[in-house]
Amino acid sequence: MTLATARKRSAKPAPRAGGQGRPVDHGAWFLVLPALIPILVLSVGPLLYGIVLAFTDAQSGRTEPTQWIGTLNFQDLLHDTLFWDSFRIGLVWAVGVTVPQFLLALGLALLLNEELRLRWLARALAIIPWAMPEVVVGIMWRLVYNPDAGILNETIRDLSLGDGRDWLSGLATALPAVIVVGIWAGMPQTTVALLAGLQNTPRELHEAAAMDGAGAWRRFRTVTWPALKPVALAITALNFIWNFNSFALVYVLTSGGPGGRTRLPMLFAYEEAFRYGQFGYAAAMGCVMVAVISVILAVQLVGRLRGGEDA
Amino acid sequence: MRTSRRARAGQYAALLAYLVFLAFPFLWLISTAFKPARELASLHPTWLPQDPTLDNFRQAFDEQPLLRAAANSLVAALGAAVIAVLIATPMAYVMARHRTRLAKAATGWVVVSQAFPFVLVIIPLFLVLKNLRLIDSVPGLIMVYVVWALPFALWMLVGYVRAVPAEMEEAAAVDGAGKVRTLVSITAPLLAPGIVATALFAFISAWNEFFFALVLLKTPEKQTLPVVLTHFLGAEGVADLGPLAAAAFLATIPSLVVFALIQKRITGGMLAGAVKS
Repeated sequence: MTLATARKRSAKPAPRAGGQGRPVDHGAWFLVLPALIPILVLSVGPLLYGIVLAFTDAQSGRTEPTQWIGTLNFQDLLHDTLFWDSFRIGLVWAVGVTVPQFLLALGLALLLNEELRLRWLARALAIIPWAMPEVVVGIMWRLVYNPDAGILNETIRDLSLGDGRDWLSGLATALPAVIVVGIWAGMPQTTVALLAGLQNTPRELHEAAAMDGAGAWRRFRTVTWPALKPVALAITALNFIWNFNSFALVYVLTSGGPGGRTRLPMLFAYEEAFRYGQFGYAAAMGCVMVAVISVILAVQLVGRLRGGEDA
Repeated sequence: MRTSRRARAGQYAALLAYLVFLAFPFLWLISTAFKPARELASLHPTWLPQDPTLDNFRQAFDEQPLLRAAANSLVAALGAAVIAVLIATPMAYVMARHRTRLAKAATGWVVVSQAFPFVLVIIPLFLVLKNLRLIDSVPGLIMVYVVWALPFALWMLVGYVRAVPAEMEEAAAVDGAGKVRTLVSITAPLLAPGIVATALFAFISAWNEFFFALVLLKTPEKQTLPVVLTHFLGAEGVADLGPLAAAAFLATIPSLVVFALIQKRITGGMLAGAVKS
């Protein structure tokens, strides 16, 4: 209900809330400060400090003072093949999770938008991965993937498809196995967002198109997708960033193993910072991650969004 | 709209496949939690426990300080939720009602903060909290969680504030009510359900959070539930499956319950924030 009312309001040519805007009176500052101070002190400040640290040789537990070393960390990073391996793995993981997850969630959202009998159950189930702690999701899938006592291998044996394998510690299977978990874990949010987008599209348009004799695919392409596109783009961009920066799930599933095959950039940076104490170097990694992600998104999305608006 | 019978059958088949995909890991977790050690050691696991037992739960509590960890999680999550909402609500109100440079900057921060890898923030925070002697303490963790929860709290709350018609406030002002009076007697009651939903969502997020807790809490007595759960995994992934499953299942129940209660409001609120501009 809140959604509907909110939409109605923002659809109107915004009363006083938007547009010209009222000047902030002094009372407003008083309202903003309680949040503004912690944001500045504990978020913006540390972020800037983090960028500064990337240009120093900061280490944990060292007695000598930290020194400014210019771009040395970045030069080292350039030649750190392990870091670029993890970066590549991070991209494969982010794309490998985001794209199938979007397609699956779109399918589920389209189904849930129909008058189907088991819809309530699907909606209820779709909430579970969302509410679960990531650590539990990881533990749960380790139980599923367990080579002896796991249900996956047992099912494979039951279906006489082979003996199954140790999915999470196989060099070739670890990353795909982890990606499947990532897809599972993030499906609810994506589905809910897309479902809301679907319910946003006017039903009359659908009916009109159906009456004109448009088939399901044609209706999807000409009516559903254009209305859904902004939501779809936004959720995909966010999912991509979140996935690229994710940590807990893979930490629990494989800790980055076997042989670094699932070592996402965040796992690498975490080890560098909190296992080996290389704060400056890890901060430099964080900077590179932000920079590359921003560039990818800027190129991908700004271009597309603008194209969409022009059309 | 009419759908052909064959298309309907296809839709049900697809829905069924989704249901299996969504449900089976969770069912497996529950099943494993109730299986006796003997069944877990069997090379041919069964879907359901043949001889259900609560031994795993007992053993889980023996092996790790689950209750203390849950208490730590509760304090951290409650503290973060209450503080985050208390300071976010006034700011969200200003962001929703005044389109000033400040509100724009705040909105920008909300969006941008989603893109940052936490490692870039946690290293400096680690150093700062260490200097403040707040490292390895639940209050320190609460401070981090508050700031971490603020972006989505603001996002949701701005949506909820927009849903309260500004005309109602203006009408109250015309009737002679002061600013504070208007806020307290008109806006606050209408906003209350949204505030509660936001707080509960912040609660779940903090209850489930792992990375910051892992980095900041070193002493076992102070660790939160997700961190303690990883202790069950043991070295080199050799895990005691039964207690592991039992503890993991228990850790999920609070967030599942809370989430079930507020699910509609959360999705509504997040989307209200998302569709606004």
